[in-house]
Amino acid sequence: MKLTSEEKKMAEGKYGNAVKKSMEILIALGEIYGAEKLVDVTSVQIAGVSYDNLGDAGLDYLDELAKDGKVRVLTTLNPAGMDLENYKALGIPEDFAVKQKKVIEAFAKMGVVTTCTCTPYLVGNDPHFNEHIAWSESSAVAYANSVLGARTNREGGPSALASALTGKTPLYGMQLDEAREAKVKVKVKCKLDGTHEFGALGKAIGEKVKAKPTLIVGIKEATVDELKSFSASIATYGGAAIFHMKGITPGKTKTPKEEIVITREDIDKAIKEMNMDGEIDFISVGCPHASLAEIAKLAELLKGKKVKKEFWITTARPTKRIADQVGYSKIIEDAGAKFAADTCCVVAPIKGRFKCLATDSAKGCYYAYSKNQSKIKIMPVKKLVEEACK
Amino acid sequence: MDLVVMEMKGRTIKSGKAEGEALVSAQGISFFGGVDNKGTVTEKGHPLEGQSISGKILVFPQGKGSTVGSYALYRMKKEGTAPKAIINSECETIVAVGAIIAEIPCVDKIDISKIKTGQKVKVDAEKGIVEVQ
Repeated sequence: MKLTSEEKKMAEGKYGNAVKKSMEILIALGEIYGAEKLVDVTSVQIAGVSYDNLGDAGLDYLDELAKDGKVRVLTTLNPAGMDLENYKALGIPEDFAVKQKKVIEAFAKMGVVTTCTCTPYLVGNDPHFNEHIAWSESSAVAYANSVLGARTNREGGPSALASALTGKTPLYGMQLDEAREAKVKVKVKCKLDGTHEFGALGKAIGEKVKAKPTLIVGIKEATVDELKSFSASIATYGGAAIFHMKGITPGKTKTPKEEIVITREDIDKAIKEMNMDGEIDFISVGCPHASLAEIAKLAELLKGKKVKKEFWITTARPTKRIADQVGYSKIIEDAGAKFAADTCCVVAPIKGRFKCLATDSAKGCYYAYSKNQSKIKIMPVKKLVEEACK
Repeated sequence: MDLVVMEMKGRTIKSGKAEGEALVSAQGISFFGGVDNKGTVTEKGHPLEGQSISGKILVFPQGKGSTVGSYALYRMKKEGTAPKAIINSECETIVAVGAIIAEIPCVDKIDISKIKTGQKVKVDAEKGIVEVQ
């Protein structure tokens, strides 16, 4: 791989140990994946923030880097294992909280914006078309490549952090045009409505085409929330880093020869697979993190009602602050539902606390079942509120 | 019996030198959830289940699972339970990053079918050379 003289200095340790170590990581990845050079990035999103996943191993490494490491570009964090302000009310144990705060402190020391969210694009980390970025978090990667048209590989937590500390990433894969071309055309032959149905579409496509880039035709309109749900689902069930949706996403692609068709039956089948027998004892909205529009909708639906089941709305702290400011939070909390900001049901240590989760998120269903061994039910948000008040 | 030494040349992932006994797995290894802090393989049904990778020259096709696995290698190194060196057929992000941050010598692009568990192996990762005795 060709390095500039400045990059060589970085690799040799002129800018300290954290930069040296990070360059070593990026150069090794560049060699493995055949990159010719490094390229500057303008934005980073780091996954691997929950102490539940990191453990003391991750915390040790972050502390080590934080000794002399400072981020060179705008860098945000994935959800943590708990609401950093309101964790006690949500039943998070104190010893976990102490460790989780240490993780956040290490990132803060490096200059990371410690807004913990899987939707950085909703809270100010919002790259534009064709910008080179280094993001981890599979749902945000799919959204950034597809809906925003920025360029990122599916980074892991440590490689994204290396990019943050150097402002560089190796130029390969999704950073280049070729890998972004669609390999399969997907004809959607039914009308879809709501985040739960777009999630079901992601599952249906992901299971059929795996990680291959797709050109999806036949969808006339989709909201940001539906695209966010779809991005999460196609990445979870198939592993895709990018999709093209004709008339909706900005990227260019040739039309591939291979073609599959998605019908109403495929969507219904996916929804049926995410509906198990069980008595709902936990309801959650906000996977990926709830947008302001979704919170406004919840406020409208919950106004004057009382929920009778544990009801969590997971969202980014800045989104929650706006909801506080305009009064949505009070309506929602008066109804007995709870906000869990900075965290989510995938990474919080809630295994065993609940037996059956109802959600509008196909990604949420996947992890509730596989990671937390919970029963699952998927349904539209309106129906979730009805279930909660039963 | 004469000592036959087989030399193979691969690619440097993380430089360094080590020698020790080979522990070979035909299956990939997940260091997050598949191996505990003490270096024991815990993944159900894995060919190395119950065996310790500590102090071994660990030979396997490639890493798998969560990228958090890189940190687990770092942790093992700190606790003195890490393998002495890693040999892969095709290294991927998780193991590469793990070897680099934990400073474990690592070489890939090696025909791992030629190495058997228990053989004495010398790794010169700087040169990408693996010697099997």
